[in-house]
Amino acid sequence: MYEFEYHRPKKLADAVKLIKSKKEGKLMAGGMTLIPTMKQRLAAPTDVIDLSGLGNSGVNVSKTKVTIKAGTTHAEVASSSDLKKAAPALAALAGMIGDPHVRHKGTIGGSVANADPAADYPAALLALNAKVVTDSRTIEADKFFKGLFETALRTNEIIKQVEFEIPARSAYSKFPNPASRYAMVGVFVADFGKKGVRVGVTGAKGSAYREKAMEKALTADFSADAIAKVKIKADDMNEDIHASAEYRAHLVGVMAKRAIAAAG
Amino acid sequence: MPAISMTVNGEKVCGDVEGRTLLVDFIRGNLGKTGTHVGCDTSQCGACVVHVDGKAIKSCTALAVACDGVTVNTVEGLAKNGTLHPMQEAFREHHGLQCGFCTPGMIMAGIDIVKRKGKKLKEETIREELEGNICRCTGYHNIVKAIQAGAAKM
Ligand SMILES: Cc1cc2nc3c(=O)[nH]c(=O)nc-3n(C[C@H](O)[C@H](O)[C@H](O)COP(=O)(O)OP(=O)(O)OC[C@H]3O[C@@H](n4cnc5c(N)ncnc54)[C@H](O)[C@@H]3O)c2cc1C
Ligand code: FES
Ligand code: FES
Repeated sequence: MYEFEYHRPKKLADAVKLIKSKKEGKLMAGGMTLIPTMKQRLAAPTDVIDLSGLGNSGVNVSKTKVTIKAGTTHAEVASSSDLKKAAPALAALAGMIGDPHVRHKGTIGGSVANADPAADYPAALLALNAKVVTDSRTIEADKFFKGLFETALRTNEIIKQVEFEIPARSAYSKFPNPASRYAMVGVFVADFGKKGVRVGVTGAKGSAYREKAMEKALTADFSADAIAKVKIKADDMNEDIHASAEYRAHLVGVMAKRAIAAAG
Repeated sequence: MPAISMTVNGEKVCGDVEGRTLLVDFIRGNLGKTGTHVGCDTSQCGACVVHVDGKAIKSCTALAVACDGVTVNTVEGLAKNGTLHPMQEAFREHHGLQCGFCTPGMIMAGIDIVKRKGKKLKEETIREELEGNICRCTGYHNIVKAIQAGAAKM
């Protein structure tokens, strides 16, 4: 790892000021992606601004809405008793990320900002029609995930929290890569009653996306049978040593059906 | 170089570190506590697991400077007055190791599982919870047995 200068501001405003004043500053949350990347010298910031001093963590559930602060760890999301009642699928998703040690450090803000094509949260954010709130604006999930490790965040923009309306029911089904535990394919299904059903898919393409043909079918009839005829094209699916594009396309259907069954 | 201090196995320690010094390097290099191992470069193997403020983390993926003021427990802190911790004893008893390289991480992970899931652990739970700890020797069977037995005695 190349040497850098370390900073740990206590206030968001100071973090914003710091990151803007540095030549090649990098924000750090749990460090679970950033530190391995720096160890491999794929990132070499001049300054690291550690956000863990902000105390910006916690899950807040109101009657209709869930707010999760950016610094909330996967372990905290997984074990939040309020969230388990309001949106158990999201708590379960957080409990499936990596391993216990990674979940003790990794945060929702870091995961969302990183936008790994195989990360779990992006599927949930899309399906839950979530909003990503930053230090300067609010971005809808639909406009947030732009491509491979690419988001709508501007340089030096800091995520404050993620929020969404509580769905009537939801579920997440993931086919984990047996070695890394990242999603080969993960499908998050959220039913918002009259407002329709939304389906977020991760692991399958360069970026998480919504499977709109499934959404249409499920809004009319929320059952595994309803999507039996939805064709998932393999054209732009990821292909690697773990799975072919055709296999991933097939998995999207299977994971969606499992999620629908689990949502009940 | 930033000066840091922390409590390691009940002892106050301090030192000067670079920003890039990893917690595991501080523990091994500065403090000479080499029970915590480094088995990979990719944050996957878990040989480096220690408890920071009571939670199991991978010390190869934490900056020492970010750990200023914390409480760290490593495998060296487990035995008391020459008596092994029940989890250590269970690894001995059930032959939960061969080369022993993964063992410190396995033991620290095992104790963390008990903290979160209690003393009565199902085999299935232990296997799932060991997702972040890799052993290239044992095939895991005896590690799982050891953690189950050690948990019951904690
Ligand atoms: C062994 C292992 C297994 C894993 N398995 C999975 C898995 O199964 N599924 C999964 O989804 N993920 C997995 N991960 C990734 C893990 O979830 C990370 O925690 C996450 O991707 C990054 O979160 P972090 O808080 O550690 O962020 P960091 O590593 O600190 O930061 C990641 C990036 O986000 C930026 N960033 C951080 N916080 C903010 C913020 N508030 N505003 C703006 N930018 C910010 C940083 O600048 C950096 O570029 C795994 C990681 C490891 C090491
Ligand atoms: S050395 Fe820390 S996970 Fe391998
Ligand atoms: S005993 Fe050799 S790596 Fe586990």
